Order: sequence, then structure tokens, then C-alpha cells
Amino acid sequence: MKFERYGIGIAKGLTVTIRHLLRHPTVNQYPEQRLNISRRFRGNELVWNQEKCTGCGTCAKTCPQGAIEIVTSTDMTENKYVVEKYEVDTGYCINCGLCVESCPYEALYFSHAFECARYRRGELVQGKEDMLETPERKVSGYFYPDKAAKLPKQTLLVEKITEKR
Amino acid sequence: MALRTEPFVLNMGPVHPSTHGVFRMRATLDGEVVVDIEPVFGYLHRGIEKLAEQRTYTGTIPLTDRLDYISSMSNNFAYCLAVEKLAGIKVPERAEYIRVIMAELQRIASLLIAVGSFLNDCGAYFTPFLYMFRERERIVDLFEMVSGQRLTYNYMRVGGVSQDLPKEFMPALHKFMNLMPRFLDEYDRLLMQNEILIARAKGVGILTREQAINSSASGPVLRASGVKWDIRKADPYSVYDRFDFDIPAQESGDCYDRYRQRVEEMRQSLRIIQQAMEQLPPGPVRTEVPHLIRPPAGEAYARIECPKGELGFYLVSDNSIAPYRCHIRPPSLLNLTALRDMVRGWKVADLIIIFGSIDITVGEIDR
Amino acid sequence: MATAELDIYHLVKLQAVPPDWPGGFWWHWLFFTVVIIGFVLTMVMGVIYIERRGMGRMQSRLGPNRTGPFGLLQPVADAIKVLLKENIVPTAADKLVHWLAPVVAFAPALMLFAVIPFQNGALLADLNIGILYVVAISSVSTMGIFMAGWGSSNKYSLLGAMRNVAAVVSYEIPLVLAIVGVVLISGSLSLNQMVVAQDIPFILLQPLGFLLFFAAGCAEINRSPFDLMEADSEIVAGFHTEYSGMKFAMFYLVEYAEAVAISAVITTLFLGGWRGPLLPPWLWFVVKVLLVFFAMVWTRTTLPRIRIDQLMAFAWKFLFPMALLNLFITALQVLADWPAELAWAMIIVNIAVMAIIILIWSKFFFRLGGGRIEV
Repeated sequence: MKFERYGIGIAKGLTVTIRHLLRHPTVNQYPEQRLNISRRFRGNELVWNQEKCTGCGTCAKTCPQGAIEIVTSTDMTENKYVVEKYEVDTGYCINCGLCVESCPYEALYFSHAFECARYRRGELVQGKEDMLETPERKVSGYFYPDKAAKLPKQTLLVEKITEKR
Repeated sequence: MALRTEPFVLNMGPVHPSTHGVFRMRATLDGEVVVDIEPVFGYLHRGIEKLAEQRTYTGTIPLTDRLDYISSMSNNFAYCLAVEKLAGIKVPERAEYIRVIMAELQRIASLLIAVGSFLNDCGAYFTPFLYMFRERERIVDLFEMVSGQRLTYNYMRVGGVSQDLPKEFMPALHKFMNLMPRFLDEYDRLLMQNEILIARAKGVGILTREQAINSSASGPVLRASGVKWDIRKADPYSVYDRFDFDIPAQESGDCYDRYRQRVEEMRQSLRIIQQAMEQLPPGPVRTEVPHLIRPPAGEAYARIECPKGELGFYLVSDNSIAPYRCHIRPPSLLNLTALRDMVRGWKVADLIIIFGSIDITVGEIDR
Repeated sequence: MATAELDIYHLVKLQAVPPDWPGGFWWHWLFFTVVIIGFVLTMVMGVIYIERRGMGRMQSRLGPNRTGPFGLLQPVADAIKVLLKENIVPTAADKLVHWLAPVVAFAPALMLFAVIPFQNGALLADLNIGILYVVAISSVSTMGIFMAGWGSSNKYSLLGAMRNVAAVVSYEIPLVLAIVGVVLISGSLSLNQMVVAQDIPFILLQPLGFLLFFAAGCAEINRSPFDLMEADSEIVAGFHTEYSGMKFAMFYLVEYAEAVAISAVITTLFLGGWRGPLLPPWLWFVVKVLLVFFAMVWTRTTLPRIRIDQLMAFAWKFLFPMALLNLFITALQVLADWPAELAWAMIIVNIAVMAIIILIWSKFFFRLGGGRIEV
């Protein structure tokens, strides 16, 4: 490539920058405009389906961090384990998703909410009651395509803003 | 009366002005000329190799995400190749093609960061950096669609990939492939022929062919010095032998050549993705392996061409659910061994540029 | 003797006051002092706003837009923040020098505006040595910067300050030579006379001079691409490392006030000052200053930084010979008594000459030289 020294490279660069002045900036003003996050979002919290869960503990064994704590007791009438304590320390969780993938009864999902900041570290621990599915804590479609199909489509930058040439 | 000068030690501390992470350099300066340099690292040591011995084979995959956190897919890829080699697991065709698409997209994303921060170190006040991040945003959106996260994907598993591509992935990838070449041309127009950049980066920090080979450099650093060595062609893994692409190489091995090399490699990656998109077969994406894999006792070394060089995983297994030893060959650390020879005799401002052109990630160096 | 002195005093007073000014000398002085201080402070705020928003748009993002409508109050927010910060002085610092440095750096930036015309005859002091005053005063702020570097007792600040002094001294020469070209054409050193003489803006008659003045001016005020004195991505944060609170605000103000001052001088010398149809003249002046400043923002956004030895080489080996050539050719043209009707031909000739000089000099004569030193 021939290098010219008399300033033509600088001039070319200046034209690129000035053209950007006239384009729409790729900016999203957060609290007023929110983008749709991915349908397979590996969220910060987990959602637990109490009916399907049998207390087998596969999720706790698969978790690389050991963030899930399960305490069960036997219930002779129902002939299955009763899950007394199901606690996830979301501060310790690295959102890898191995627990969701490994559940044999499809009882564990990720939640689709991402605005779950807390003021204290102790509040990050999710107990049994905080893990049930509610309208605020929707289920994300990670590893479950049928649940993913119900969520809104993700906003993509390739579709949203295309620079006019 | 002779003027007596004394070299003094300047500590470019772990909190770095450039965006390369916690890396410390103790430079001995004589006036403004660098006489000697002593790198000190270890500030980001997390003990990943030891942690891998306490987690199962599948549980180590999220750990490998965090090695070179800018290019997580490549790390996953290398680790899964190593485990599959150890355990003799075969991967379905569709999974191989998906892995190649992801690895090449990740290469473009990581090289964008390398180029953007190099130009930022040269002094172009964040403009190329922000343009780069805008393009990387498009790629990261695709990754978010596939795996659910934007930085640590944890997408590949032993025996394939974790989930199939969603329906909207291919149209989005088509749109991206249409936009990207024009962006690369615009980037070229912005700064490739800029006289100031040429004056700053041409001839600066030369790494000769012999020096590069002797110091085990790999990746764009090696190819910019004139050695056409790419593991995708020299020791093909996965399905790379079915694609048609070139290996660019430059002549002199200075900072400008490393910058050009990275931009050329982005273009070749686009070619590979185009071919992989066309050849993608249907089928399953994951072979059935148990959650707790027990490979037979033995050892395996698998290496891939990651965006920074040759990333290798050496696994030793003793037929238990966790590796007995996992050692990682980090390309950034080995590329960095040539830093001292490249830098001596140049000024402080050149030290920053040369360091930026090697393109390190401290997560890989310290593990 | 006494009557002669009185006569001279009378003459000086008459020269300084425009003919129909009510109130006399001191009202004129007070009015223009207030106008200049207000103008500088307002323009600095406007200019900071333009830079942040303009640079943001060119980088494909928005600038600040939360403080006030469209982010217009952002400089005010910056000023309030900086006023409330603690004033930290290092113990080993030279207290008096450390305290005086911002003042010495800021005062010349204000004083420059005393001779810049806002309208025909509307300036604080219509000195007949206007441009010489500008060149002399603008060098004093370098003293302030050096005092800052020395008084901080920090070897990296001293390094930054010494680089700055070397750069300013080197770039004074092309700056002054470019000015002399304009002086030759307009025939007087007074800035008001120069604007009055610009029936054709001098940027067309002296294109090479304009480029030289722009480059040398950017180097004088530490603006990108010559901003290695306060480089953000190098180790030394420059001469204002050890400053915080209001003193840092003064340095920040100095940088932008000098940018406005150089833009004002460029407008007066090359773009025709306050001349223009339709709008009131002071408004044309403001518009042109903002245009020149926008060009500075544009180059800052695009160009990388150059190294200190390349900076000096650029000044001495590239700008200085071209400035001499420019002066020689302008002198030839003035001496040849070019008729005023054929001024359009002179424009084309000058632009062609500029292109040829830049091409030939950069292709064949200008070599930056290697930077590597054997250790």
C-alpha cells in the first residue's frame, strides 16, 4: 500500500468522522427506553416449580459453585421427598446454567428479570418462597424452547439501527 | 564538565492508564528512553487450574469462560476439544459447524477490541474505540440470542454445544454479514492511512522473524512478523479443513503491521463464516454424555487458534469425575516474553503503543 | 516640556476613545472589561458544551443530555462540582509558586481579548501594534504552566511542563511567520485595520498561512493532536496532576479560554472578523469563532497523538521552512503590486502554490527520522 505523506490520510479520516455527525447515534437512553433482552436470558434469579421438584438434588450436585442448598425430609404418605429448604445464594451463583440443564424433571428455570439489585448481601439469598413463578418473575427460555417462544423477541442492533450510507 | 545522568525506575502500576487490565511494568528510563523493563503480573490470579481439579469436567466449562474473558467461546472450544480427545467422544456435524461459526464470530469480536484499544493508546481520543464497540455490540447480540449472556457464554459442552440455534439467528447473521465489510472499509478510511498513525507506529517495536519464532510467539503477533503459521491450516481441528481461506502475513513485524494483520484476519474470518453458513447441515447438536463424565486414564493436549494465538489445554485424567491436572497454555503470556527486546531503545509513549499492539488479556496471563 | 507631555497624553486619550462614545475613557474601559469577561466566560461554557456534544455525536453516541434541557447546564454542573472539592496541596510543593501558577496561566487568556474587535471600532484598546501584543501576551501563559509543573514537586509534572515549554517555543516561529504574511497583505499590525482590509477573506489569499497558523495554534494551546502534555493514555497526567478544586478549574478554564482566544485570532486574521451581510457584526464574530472551534473539535476526535520528538521535528523541519516559503511568496506578490481587480486570480495562484509546496516538501524533503536509540 502506498503511503502518501501530504495529508490525504488525515483528510479521509476527517470525512469519516464528520459523516458520523449526521447519523443517528447508537444509543439507548436506559430508564426511558428499555430493550428486550434475550429470550434465553440466564438471569440472576432462579424460578422453581414446586410441583415437579422431587428433591433429588441433581442441581445441587451439578452446581460448580455449590450455591444451591437443599434439605429434604421423607413423607411416608406421599411417597416422595418433601423439600423443606431450597435456598440459592444468588451472590455466589455464576449464572452458568448447568443446574437448569441437569434437572431431570424440568423443575428449575432461570428468571427473565434482570433488575434485581439489593441493598444488602444477605438479601441476595433466595429462599423457597422467593423462587416461585410470579408475573414479575417470569420464566426465561434458557434450555426450554417452548418457554422461549412465549417471550418477546430480542431487540438486535443489526435490525434496530442501520446506518444510512 | 560532563553531564551525569542517572536512569530512574518508573512504575506503571497495576492500575493502568490503558485498558489492558491489572498488569504492572517497572520500566527503567534514561530521560525518556526505555532502557529496561520488568513485568510483574499475578494480580489477577484466581487459581483456575487448581479449581478445575475440584469441579467436574462439565463444571469446569464456566471456569474456562473467565480465562480470556474477551473471547469466551474460544476458551470453551479448546477445553471441549481436549476433553473429547481424552474421552474419545465424537461430535455431530451440525455441532461442529456451529462451533466454527461461533469461534470465528468470537475472533472478529476479540480482534475488534484489540484494534480499538491499540488506536486508543495511540491517542485517537476514543473514537475508533467506540466505533469498535458498536460493531462488537452486533456480534454480542447474536451471542446473547444463542446463549443468554453477553460475556461469559458457557455455550459449548463436551460432545457438542448446549442448545440449537434459535430461528432468528440465521437472518440476523445474514444482516450482520452484509454490514460488516462496509464497516471494515470505513475503519480503514478512518485511520489506516493516517500520517500521524504511520509516523507513530511504523518501524516501532520491531519483532524480527527469528525473535518471534524463538520466543514462542503465536497468533497475529507471529504472522505480522512474516511467519505464515496458523493452527487452522497447520494442524486442523474440528472441520476447518473444509473451508477455503488465506493466511495473511505482513513483512516487518512493527506495530503498524500487527494492526493491519488483525484487520486482515477479520476479513478472512468473514469468509469462513460465509462458507460455514452455507454448509450448515441439520441434525442433533449434542451427543449424549453423562453429566459426570469419567474419561479413561490418560492425558491429552488440544490446541486451537484463538484470537490471540495458540491456546492449549493439557488435561491429565485418572478416571475420576474431575481432571487430575489441567494446565492452560496462555498465548498472551508467551507473546509477552518478547516485550523486553521489542521495547528497549524506544520512548515511553512507544512503550504504551508496543504493549497495546501485543494485545494481552490479564485473565489469561494470571489464570 | 510640560505642555508637550500634556499634548501627548491628550493624543493618546483621543486615539483610544471612539468618536461618539458618551462618558469618556473610563466608562469605555469599564464597559469593555465587563463585556470581555462576560464574553469569555460565556463562550467557554458554550464551547465546553459544543465540544462534549459534538465529540459525542461524532463518536456515535450522545453527549451529556441530562442536566438541563439538552444538557445545556452541564458546564454549570461541572463548575459547581469543582468548586466544592477539597483543595489539596502537596507538602513538598513550593506554596507560592503552586498558588500563583493558575493565575499566571489564566490572565493572558483574558488579556488577549483586549485587542480583538467585536465590531468596527468596538474593542477595549485599538492599539496600532495589535497583533504584536497578541503574540507577546500569549507566551506568558506558558510561564504559568511551567510554574505549575515546578511547583508540584512531582517529577512527572515537571516532565510534562518541560515538554510543554519546548513545544510552545518551537511553534511560536511558524505562528509568527504566518501572521507576518497576513500583515504584509493588510498593511498594518492593528487588528481592526486587518478586518477592515478584508474585502476578500485572507483565508483565500493565504491558504498556506491559514493551515500553518491553525496547526501552530493547536500546538500552542495543547490541543489534540498535539496534546501530549496532558495525555490521557500515557502515564504522566501532565502539569496539572497535583491540582484539585478551584485551581484545577482554572487550568481547565485556561485550556478552553485559550482555544477561544486562538479561534478569535484566526477569525480576525483569516476569516474576516465581524464582516458579513444581514446579521449584526458581533453575531457574525461569534458564529465564526464557533466554526473555527468546531474544526478544532473535529481534528481532536479524529487524529491520534504525536510523540514529543515528532512534535519538534514537525515544527522545525516541516512548518518552519513552509512558513518561510509562504512569507517569501507573499512578499513577492505584494512587491509585484498585484492589481485589486485580479485578486481572484491571486486566490487560485495561492491555492495552487500551497498544494505544490505541501506536496513537494512532504514527499521529498521531510523525514521524521527513526526514534530508536541504541541502549
